[in-house]
Amino acid sequence: MAEQAIAEVASFHVTLMIRRFDPEVDSEPKWVDYDVEMFGTDRVLDALHKVKWEIDGSLTFRRSCAHGVCGSDAMRINGRNRLACKTLIKDLDISQPIYIEPIKGLPVEKDLIVDMNPFYQAYKDINPFLMASDNPTKERLQSPEDRARYDDTTKCILCAACTTSCPVFWTDGQYFGPAAIVNAHRFIFDSRDEGAQVRIDILNDKEGVWRCRTTFNCTEACPRGIEVTKAIAEVKQAILRGRP
Amino acid sequence: MAVTIETPNSPRTRKQANWEKYGWLFMRLSGPLLVVLIFTHLISNLVVGEGIKAIDFAFVAGKWADPFWQGWDLAMLWLALIHGTNGMRTIVNDYVERASIRKGLNVTLWAVGGLLILLGTLVIFTFDPCPAGAAAELLPSFCPAS
Ligand code: SF4
Ligand code: FES
Repeated sequence: MAEQAIAEVASFHVTLMIRRFDPEVDSEPKWVDYDVEMFGTDRVLDALHKVKWEIDGSLTFRRSCAHGVCGSDAMRINGRNRLACKTLIKDLDISQPIYIEPIKGLPVEKDLIVDMNPFYQAYKDINPFLMASDNPTKERLQSPEDRARYDDTTKCILCAACTTSCPVFWTDGQYFGPAAIVNAHRFIFDSRDEGAQVRIDILNDKEGVWRCRTTFNCTEACPRGIEVTKAIAEVKQAILRGRP
Repeated sequence: MAVTIETPNSPRTRKQANWEKYGWLFMRLSGPLLVVLIFTHLISNLVVGEGIKAIDFAFVAGKWADPFWQGWDLAMLWLALIHGTNGMRTIVNDYVERASIRKGLNVTLWAVGGLLILLGTLVIFTFDPCPAGAAAELLPSFCPAS
């Protein structure tokens, strides 16, 4: 009975076109296609697993949690940045090949793996930690309203989908990028934090918030549904006001 | 065991004070203002009264005899050119990767923008509807030459 139910899940053939690059062999990345049989419940990550485990073990990509929590498997799927573990294959157009590339704007190291260091550096540069001078002998209380002020930006999982969907970041790797600004927002508008001024000064940089052209690519890319462009606009306003 | 974190390829250099904030603010303020300035300009010149047929040297001279329209056109000229040049500068900064080319393009942009502002301002304040030695058929009827 149970076996029957499982068998009922529709299966179909899909072609994956994966942008592959082996730095020891290739001078240029190249598209390689794989035909796999998948089920209606499968995600792009399952298809990548199938290729890696059954067809070509050299396929290289990052993933850890496989459930949209860790943020390690952001990639460009059919031209859009998404998490492979949150993208159901049946939601894509499977009459066409599914194109899978590494996220853009960061150096490709191998296949779908990019060097995330510049991304993390921008994150580190905004001081992504609570800055408070009081002596923490008891918890720091906060009203629900104060907590709600920055709720949206606490959801970030640092997947880099936003930053690597930003056309300004593609051409200017020095731009802090949406993710760093989102995480600065998370602390700038936190009533317990005292470092807002420091972060405001850091982001009032040539490569800071003023680089943003409100393209909205980041908001569309974010797998956590964070209103990234809005957060950036709020940081811009905080800089104009000179305080959160 | 101590974990050593590899230093990233190009550390961010802390830059000095910059004008980006004011540039951004200028774009936001001059944008809506220009919409009002330009559309009022177009309607008052091309639609009301005799409309487009009224425009000639005399019409322009008449307008610029009035300090109100001189100020209006001056504001339009300066705001539009600075807005446009700054917008171009933004595009150059976004898409030109080589520092030397970027610098060259930006200097050229501001030189051209500055020259246009200068020439435009000069014309607004020194416009002469009857330049000496011009062909008679180009001049308005009230000029002494015709
Ligand atoms: S803001 Fe969204 S897209 Fe950007 S790094 Fe965080 S979770 Fe990823
Ligand atoms: S594998 Fe953790 S977010 Fe996709």
